[in-house]
Amino acid sequence: MREFDYYRAGSVRDAAKKLAAAGNPMLLAGGMTLLPALKMRLNEPSALIDLAGIDELKGVRLGRKAARVGATTTHAEVSGNVELRAAIPALSQAAESIGDPQVRNRGTLGGSLANNDPAADYPAVALGLGATVITNKRKIAADEFFKGMFETALRSGELVTEVLFPLPQRAGYAKFPNPATRYALAGVCVAQFKSGARVAVTGAGTSVHRLKDFEEALNEDFSPGALEGLSVSAASMNDDMHASAEYRAHLVGVMARRAVRMALG
Amino acid sequence: MSGNRGIGAAAPRSEDRRFITGRGRYVDDINLRSQRYAWFVRSPHPHAEVRGVDAEQALRMPGVAAVLTGADLQADGIGPLPVAWGITSMDGSPAVEPEFPALATDRVRYVGNPVAVVIADTRAAARDAAEKVNVHYQELDSVSNAAAAMEEGAPQLHDAAEGNLCFNWEWLPSAMAPEARANTDRAFREAAHVVSLELVNNRLVPNAMEPRASLADFNPGTGQLTLYATSQNPHVNRLLLCTATLKMPEHKVRVVAPDVGGGFGSKIYHYAEELVVCWASRRLGVPVKWTAERSESFLGDAQGRDHLTRVELALDADARFTGLRVDTIANLGGWLSAFGPAIPTVFYAPLLAGVYKTPNIYVTVKGVFTNTTPTDAYRGAGRPEACYAIERIVDEAAAQLRMDPAEIRRRNFIPPDEFPYQSPVGQLYDSGDFEGCLNLAMELNGYAGFDQRRRQSEARGKLRGRGMSFYIEACGAAPSQAAGQLGARAGLYEVATVRVHPTGAVQVMTGAHSHGQSHETTFAQIVADRLGVDFGNVEVVHGDTGEVPFGMGTYGSRSLAVGGSALVKAIDKVIEKGRKIAAHLLEAAADDIEFSEGQFRVAGTGREVAFGDVALAAYVPHNYPLQELEPGLEETSFFDPENFTFPSGCYICEVEVDPGTGVVELCDFVAADDFGNLINPMVVEGQVHGGLAQGIGQALMEHCRYTPEGQLLTGSYMDYCMPRADDLPSFKVATRSTPTPFNPLGVKGCGEAGAIGAPPAVINALLDALRPLGVTHIDMPATPNAVWQAIQAAQAVE
Repeated sequence: MREFDYYRAGSVRDAAKKLAAAGNPMLLAGGMTLLPALKMRLNEPSALIDLAGIDELKGVRLGRKAARVGATTTHAEVSGNVELRAAIPALSQAAESIGDPQVRNRGTLGGSLANNDPAADYPAVALGLGATVITNKRKIAADEFFKGMFETALRSGELVTEVLFPLPQRAGYAKFPNPATRYALAGVCVAQFKSGARVAVTGAGTSVHRLKDFEEALNEDFSPGALEGLSVSAASMNDDMHASAEYRAHLVGVMARRAVRMALG
Repeated sequence: MSGNRGIGAAAPRSEDRRFITGRGRYVDDINLRSQRYAWFVRSPHPHAEVRGVDAEQALRMPGVAAVLTGADLQADGIGPLPVAWGITSMDGSPAVEPEFPALATDRVRYVGNPVAVVIADTRAAARDAAEKVNVHYQELDSVSNAAAAMEEGAPQLHDAAEGNLCFNWEWLPSAMAPEARANTDRAFREAAHVVSLELVNNRLVPNAMEPRASLADFNPGTGQLTLYATSQNPHVNRLLLCTATLKMPEHKVRVVAPDVGGGFGSKIYHYAEELVVCWASRRLGVPVKWTAERSESFLGDAQGRDHLTRVELALDADARFTGLRVDTIANLGGWLSAFGPAIPTVFYAPLLAGVYKTPNIYVTVKGVFTNTTPTDAYRGAGRPEACYAIERIVDEAAAQLRMDPAEIRRRNFIPPDEFPYQSPVGQLYDSGDFEGCLNLAMELNGYAGFDQRRRQSEARGKLRGRGMSFYIEACGAAPSQAAGQLGARAGLYEVATVRVHPTGAVQVMTGAHSHGQSHETTFAQIVADRLGVDFGNVEVVHGDTGEVPFGMGTYGSRSLAVGGSALVKAIDKVIEKGRKIAAHLLEAAADDIEFSEGQFRVAGTGREVAFGDVALAAYVPHNYPLQELEPGLEETSFFDPENFTFPSGCYICEVEVDPGTGVVELCDFVAADDFGNLINPMVVEGQVHGGLAQGIGQALMEHCRYTPEGQLLTGSYMDYCMPRADDLPSFKVATRSTPTPFNPLGVKGCGEAGAIGAPPAVINALLDALRPLGVTHIDMPATPNAVWQAIQAAQAVE
């Protein structure tokens, strides 16, 4: 770890001001990705702006049509929220499948989305549920937010404050974990809304993405059987020592059907 | 007197209080005044010439005390890292042992090879400066796979090792080898059945919980050097420092291995880093500390396994084994680690008879240099590789002959009445009841109910398989003369001192080192049992050359069999002297004095004196036979065993495979082991659990992988898959003991068993599950990806 300045921000406005300063300041939420990167010297920020002291970024508020989850709400808080679990079980299931207890008690929703790791769980759930990412400056639909591997629509000086999840009629998240890291080798979120079905995949490709043909099949018939025979092309899949592209493509189908089964309870 | 803390009791571990309350004292917990920190500059290239090291910029960085290189090392006359075991090729030539400098002088041969060291006020300053050390590398072609390294035109690592061959070795020794080879060949010509397999024994990273660390403290005023190091054998490290590398007189060097968090073999060796901090401390006159980061452990700790093996088994018409041929290519890495050449040869081939009466066995092993981290002993060290080859080929024979895997083994076991049994590959097996162990394991598994469980799994869409393995291993290293004949450059006895204090409290100084093995508990149980003193009145001291006589340390499941035996012999001497003192106190003849439960008594009378009173008399000799006996009560024994010990055991594993994802779930795992007598069954069970976890890790998860050129792909836990508690089933563990006659405790050793027996049991079970789909072979680790690919490949053929 190299030397850097440390600020504990008192408010979103304070954090944003510090974030706009010269150099390469970075936000610290749970630090579950950032701190290992600093230790390995893969990241060299001029300053860390700690969001832990900002109460307005924390907590879950459940409305009639949507759930709002604060950016620094931990995975353990999300998965442990009984009302939220009743309203969107897929979100709770995803949260409790992340990492291990230590990670779930430090890592945050906003941190995970802003990092947009191509194998992280939350991006699939946010995209699959059609969430809206709320920042200190604007609202960004999930479809616009995830731009590519570790890339988002966030601009400099912008920070995630809250995420709005519309309540689906039903939804499920099924994940095949990488045996080493337990990130997703293939994770699929399936959700059904009045407006139609959404299917989002993480872990398998370069970034979280939707599967339109899976969605169309589910619009016809929201059942695992409707997805039989559908497949994704191995050409678009990651290929590494943990899983071949063919295996990942196959797993996407298996996880999608599993997610539908979970959605149907 | 010893209550529930004697031999055979599941006494709670005395170590645990300090470990679970954070009061352990590890090397990195020790900090000395004026201490500096070392950071190593390591090669990013698998193979390169080092044209020069420019430290100018680094030396100008804040807090930097020195930057030292291989040239400085040479100038100071520091010797190369020693090889502790010599191997002779089948043509009579010695193995190629290139000089391995602690800091590269002319060439680097693996990624992570230390090139220079920066010494600075803080670890961060040292690391910052290390980035400014400019090493001029001329990259060379490189190769990581041992078979590829043997091909014509492959990059050459060492001039003296043509074709990268370190040795081409055969077993038995040269005088007997031609006959063994001819007999084995004849067995194959005359066989009713021959089965063969090509096997990969995957390379593993040891992954001790505590990374290696060294703190060297040279006192320029006294010329005394103290090294605190994460070592399994501090005396051996001192010996090598004094004689081979740093070259100081032994009375000026003290090596302390305090609490050490796991070793698994990886902390046996005299590593570059500990030598360099000693040398730097001597040069600078201040203490110097180095603590590995986990990434450095992946690059710098000696790695395990990495064999390519062809194994063939000849059988007669009754499925009796008549011949075994094994040809192995062992990957040794870029240089030889201390025991690197011994592990795939003398720790491997002599175990290839397994538990069977195969009369003819011939083994060849080629040791090959590659651009990878050096390999050496890792939990099991040669025996897991032997067990895997035998137990895979035996199961393959059973499958091809459509026999029950238990039946084919039963038919070939060495029967209990043939011990001691001389194996055709040079081991004299001490004792065993293989059929008894097999029956015990089958009973625990519920062998007869398998078909029903298989149908239940099928109903859930899962493929169920069951596999077994039967291992035997050589522990208790080692009879020194036998080890010497096999090329060891050290004697492998062990030492213990029993110091009885005036009040009867007992200190044991043992040359064994506990880094997870619970010696402080089990050795104290032996003392409590034999001397009848309270368990709480016994302290076990280890890991400090300043306090303990010259011992050999802990590895190869030797501590109890060799160190425990030395302890028993020292205790016997204490009792013998005590008997003479008691005879004087009781005014009787020494021959009439009996000792039991802490009391010396005159046989056949009620007259007795307690052990503590005898101890007091020894130190306050007012009423004492001073003409015949010296005061004091402290005895030392060195124990050099007659033979190795041979633990054995039967493991049965059941798996369920999800054919849709390739996921292998362990449903049942049974271990029936013969460890001889047990001192503490709870500690033994813990050792078995740990070994099984590592064995299962090898079978299903762990794999140290390099690019073909030698860049490490699995350099962190993001890519190297360690087993976690929830990957493992609840183990069913039992023992069936046949005590060894070769040591006074009748104990054999249990530390490595699980890691040896588990991999073939798991893979045999997996193949049993997959054979209906046409899958007949899979290599370790059988990850979900690998299993799914194997199923796809088999179905494509069908």
